[in-house]
Amino acid sequence: MGHLKRTVPLWIAFIFGVGLIIQYFVPHPISQKALGMTQKWLVIVVFVALLLGLGSLLQSHLRKIKAQSAGWGYSVVTLSVLALTVAAGFHPNNDKPGGPLLWAYTNAYSPMSSTMFSLLGFFIASAAFRAFRARSLEATLLLCTAVIVMLGQVPLGAYIPGVSNLSAWILGVPLTAAKRALTFGVALGSIATALRIIFGIERSYLGGSE
Amino acid sequence: MIRAVAIVLLATTAAAAQAPADFKVYDKPGDAGGAIIAEWKGLPDEGKPMAEGGVEYVVSLGLSKDGPWTEIERFPGTLHRKNEAPDLFGFSKSNDSEHFIELEGLVPPPGGPWLGTGRSLPTWVKLEVKSPAGAAVAGPLMAEAAPDWWSWNKSNVLLFILFFGGATFWLISKARRDPNIFVRRIPGLDAMEEAIGRATEMGRPILYLNGLNGMDSISTIASVSILGQVSKRVAAYDSQIMVPCYDAVVLSVCQEVMREGYTAAGRPDKYREQDAWFITQEQFSYVASVDGLMIREKPAACLYMGYYYAESLLLAETGGSTGAIQIAGTDSITQLPFFIACCDYTLIGEELYAASAYLSREPLQLGSLRSQDAGKIFIIATLLIGALTAAAGFPFVKHLMATF
Repeated sequence: MGHLKRTVPLWIAFIFGVGLIIQYFVPHPISQKALGMTQKWLVIVVFVALLLGLGSLLQSHLRKIKAQSAGWGYSVVTLSVLALTVAAGFHPNNDKPGGPLLWAYTNAYSPMSSTMFSLLGFFIASAAFRAFRARSLEATLLLCTAVIVMLGQVPLGAYIPGVSNLSAWILGVPLTAAKRALTFGVALGSIATALRIIFGIERSYLGGSE
Repeated sequence: MIRAVAIVLLATTAAAAQAPADFKVYDKPGDAGGAIIAEWKGLPDEGKPMAEGGVEYVVSLGLSKDGPWTEIERFPGTLHRKNEAPDLFGFSKSNDSEHFIELEGLVPPPGGPWLGTGRSLPTWVKLEVKSPAGAAVAGPLMAEAAPDWWSWNKSNVLLFILFFGGATFWLISKARRDPNIFVRRIPGLDAMEEAIGRATEMGRPILYLNGLNGMDSISTIASVSILGQVSKRVAAYDSQIMVPCYDAVVLSVCQEVMREGYTAAGRPDKYREQDAWFITQEQFSYVASVDGLMIREKPAACLYMGYYYAESLLLAETGGSTGAIQIAGTDSITQLPFFIACCDYTLIGEELYAASAYLSREPLQLGSLRSQDAGKIFIIATLLIGALTAAAGFPFVKHLMATF
């Protein structure tokens, strides 16, 4: 059992990791076909895992309803809507405009999603207020920079001499330099992590380091 | 592999016009097959307008040496220069005055495609040169497209991987011999212990999120690794953790990692499978559910590890409003400012990948962190040398680093 849980996954990670690195350098159609095949396997794995996810969702909400724990009413709503959506999925008119699934998407899902997204506007304002309070030298510098950049992005900035150029310089030089430095770090970290996983040094994603 | 290379078989049809020298037709190197390249040296005055003595090139294809011919492209002498395709011809100065055309997936009437992946026929290529002085023809020459086994133009990437991989394994073997490796403090990771302790004291749970990417993302793998370490501490402190998942595969891995974490802490009986559960794979539905959970359960600590999109601020602001201590770690550069603004501690970029090694203090993993430093030194040195040599008019380092 330990062999199946530890050694086999490590060998799978090694074979597919090294294989996909080599695949990047091999343009031959056989290599492309192998890549396409592994991507199809991934879809199958994801589908099976989605069934597990559905089981987990049902279990978690049924448990809440049974125990009548805090907010169990939301669980009733979730499971009812899940059942309704699945039922709507079997409706024969789904491929036509006005079918129940499309109706639910347009009239329920889409507006609710947009509502969540629009909350960002308010949250950005409150986060900006907190971030730009001039409590220290760094925060003051951040505030000044933010004001210059924001002025540079709005029509008013065009009437203040030098602001547009300064804003463009901040975005083009220090900001780009910092972003590139971060990108280099992330890229090197990704490669190091990938190597650790491929060669079995990093095993915590399997559930432990033993 | 080049199947056919032929040089200069000219047939001049008009005495006054000059045919281009070194006309060659060959299989495109480093591709999946289905493409051939024609190249030739440019003519004097080809850059001028036609009326002033410039030239126009006409490329035609045929399935036999005698035709019939299908005109593929007609263009002035200023276009299709070899310097437009450094992936094929490199960065030689002579590319500025030489021409090429890539012939791929063409559908000439009426025979259907004769160049394309999975289909390759011997193809004849003819180049006509038209100028006010007359016309000339180069070729026809034949080539057959064939698939290749290696992309030579990606060799620099391979070299870097070999260098970086070699440095990683050397530093790991060094760490085996001397496990006392200095790693600078990462306050965000040190604060995790504090956050878990705080949650235990307050009798409230810890909320742990893995981001919105699947297990195919390095940041999610890093996040799951951190979850393993966090689970150990949660089990040791007898605290409670909640892991609502966005991805069903991530859920399965999280449950396994948490079980092992509790077992490693000697508290397997405390592990509850329901502490990690699947919510949905819809971005804002997931956010609505997690935000609701935060408001209802009021976790003492919120840990956001992994890759995030627009939901980062929605999560972190709601978490902040509940008074939780918040620690984020992401390699999503666009979301970092939001986490920095809203969270108590933020692991920036590569610190997320270092977290598992940092928390586990395992010498082999710590050794691999050193290779990241070696990579950074290499990149900084390359940038400096590249900038200096390019400024001096020798851009060979820049060319060496080009990726295709």
